[in-house]
Amino acid sequence: MGSRASSLLREEDIEEIKKETGFSHSQITRLYSRFHSLDKGENGALSREDFQRIPELAINPLGDRIINAFFPEGEDQVNFRGFMRTLAHFRPVEDNEKNKDLTSGEPLNSRTNKLHFAFQLYDLDRDDKISRDELLQVLRMMVGVNISDEQLGSIADRTIQEADTNGDMCISFSEFTKVLEKVDVEQKMSIRFLH
Amino acid sequence: MESYLFPFDSLICMLLGISFTVWFTLLLVFIIVPAIFGVSFGIRRLYMESLVKLFEVSECFVNRFNQIIEKNWFKMSLEQEVQEMRRGGAEPEFDMSDIFYFCRRGVESIVDDEVTKRFTAEELESWNLLTRSNYNFHHISTRLTALWGVGVLIRYGFLLPLRVTLAFTGVGLLVVLTSIVGLFPNGRMKNYLSDKVHLMCYRICIRALTAIITYHDSENKPKNGGICVANHTSPIDVIILASDGCYAMVGQVHGGLMGVIQRAMVKACPHIWFERSEVKDRHLVAKRLSDHVADTSKLPILIFPEGTCINNTSVMMFKKGSFEIGCTVYPVAIKYDPRFGDAFWNSSKFGMVNYLLHMMSSWAIVCSVWYLPPMSRMEGEDAVQFANRVKAAIARKGGLADLLWDGGLKRGKVKEVFKEEQQKLYSKVLVGSSEDRSHS
Repeated sequence: MGSRASSLLREEDIEEIKKETGFSHSQITRLYSRFHSLDKGENGALSREDFQRIPELAINPLGDRIINAFFPEGEDQVNFRGFMRTLAHFRPVEDNEKNKDLTSGEPLNSRTNKLHFAFQLYDLDRDDKISRDELLQVLRMMVGVNISDEQLGSIADRTIQEADTNGDMCISFSEFTKVLEKVDVEQKMSIRFLH
Repeated sequence: MESYLFPFDSLICMLLGISFTVWFTLLLVFIIVPAIFGVSFGIRRLYMESLVKLFEVSECFVNRFNQIIEKNWFKMSLEQEVQEMRRGGAEPEFDMSDIFYFCRRGVESIVDDEVTKRFTAEELESWNLLTRSNYNFHHISTRLTALWGVGVLIRYGFLLPLRVTLAFTGVGLLVVLTSIVGLFPNGRMKNYLSDKVHLMCYRICIRALTAIITYHDSENKPKNGGICVANHTSPIDVIILASDGCYAMVGQVHGGLMGVIQRAMVKACPHIWFERSEVKDRHLVAKRLSDHVADTSKLPILIFPEGTCINNTSVMMFKKGSFEIGCTVYPVAIKYDPRFGDAFWNSSKFGMVNYLLHMMSSWAIVCSVWYLPPMSRMEGEDAVQFANRVKAAIARKGGLADLLWDGGLKRGKVKEVFKEEQQKLYSKVLVGSSEDRSHS
């Protein structure tokens, strides 16, 4: 029941999440309602199955990679803090925030952090570089059975050739950033959260 | 000491006796007799109007709940969106930024998706003084709490016992009278009596729920030899439709009280009850339905093609079985007004008894029923297309969202084939551009 859900979220927690992620009070309570409705086991944490129950996510070719991004290394459960931290990457970048002097480092929804989120979708083993093999695997997820191995291989080779500047046949995060420097990442990796 | 109590004792007995008599007389005169004759004093409408005034009073104390995110309703195709994402200039086959499209769509669906919210009760914009619809409505003043308290007293102290009495009366009469009608020989007299008996008992049940129903376009009411299809929100849908017309019900044979009711009903007129084992056999089901429909002396069949209860904000995929039979389909749209009481049955959360208790302790069940003009399968249209056409008409009339998703997703997983469709579409974007390059 909705009212009980919001009462499990304490004011102190809301304040901390607000500081960490930049979401407003009402956005946090609204997202908590959503978190609670996804949490079928009612144990305060989401498992991979809870995410897979969303049909629109289940049919997304990169659904599993996106779900994985919510879970820290080696963990099977994500609590509300972790959930919000990941969602915070998709907050739009407001102009006043660009000028803010933050003592806690870059905000979660900065351009760099958005790019890093996308980078991690490609980087399957989390070793901070995208190998040809990893790129192939992700491409295969996106196209299914509709493109041949050879064609996919040549696509991967061409992509790495374009991006790789230091000749190690892998794409590092800085090379990734360089390739996408003209793309309006702030707009394309943002979701308009209503107040 | 005993000398004190004697006069009080008999006085109390007398008072109790009088109040019971008054109570039952009022019940009979104002509720049961009108139900028998199908007339109405208009008490329920008056009640509904006063409730609306009451809600207006409490309007200012509430929290407006809107969507969480702004979704792009002007949906571009996958191809268009991916092209938009790209860096522009010469079109490469694949761009690393393509991932942004899937990524954003994925996270958007995590925050708010079209399907999972259809299987829980609709959230109201303002509070209707029922505890169960209180989600995050903060700052409830003492005045509002007092109103709520009075509401609880009225609903549980007065309305609930009244409704339960009526429900028992309605169901009891249904069982007894249909069994009696069953003793008559088959013929016009029997059909006439059966219709009257069914209508009367359903009308009593309507009053047992304080259901205030507005029927629109009654000239399109289903006729014999056809199938009536409607969107499904709760078991009450059956009672709502059956109190305005006579239908042949379709369903699985149950045990217990339901079973008793089913067996009694089928004595008076032919309903279609399936054994559990028969339900799986689609051909058997189709045959029995076709046979019934072919016999024009039998009543129209009432079917809910969604197969499960949806929360009345949308219409989900219609199962094609009833649309393959090839007879006239009479679509009906049912839309409940959630302000007075939510009729949706969340069967994963509440059992039937719990649900009925909720129903009978709400303010009222207010709904609108639209009878749509009959539809038949057109030339060159297959069952699925026909089902979708009917579904779109019902959704449009009832003001509900028309979804392609299967109501079975309430319990089951989505089919792989939908993911494969997405992959196919994206592959076209990649391969398509390489074809252009080879030409240039």
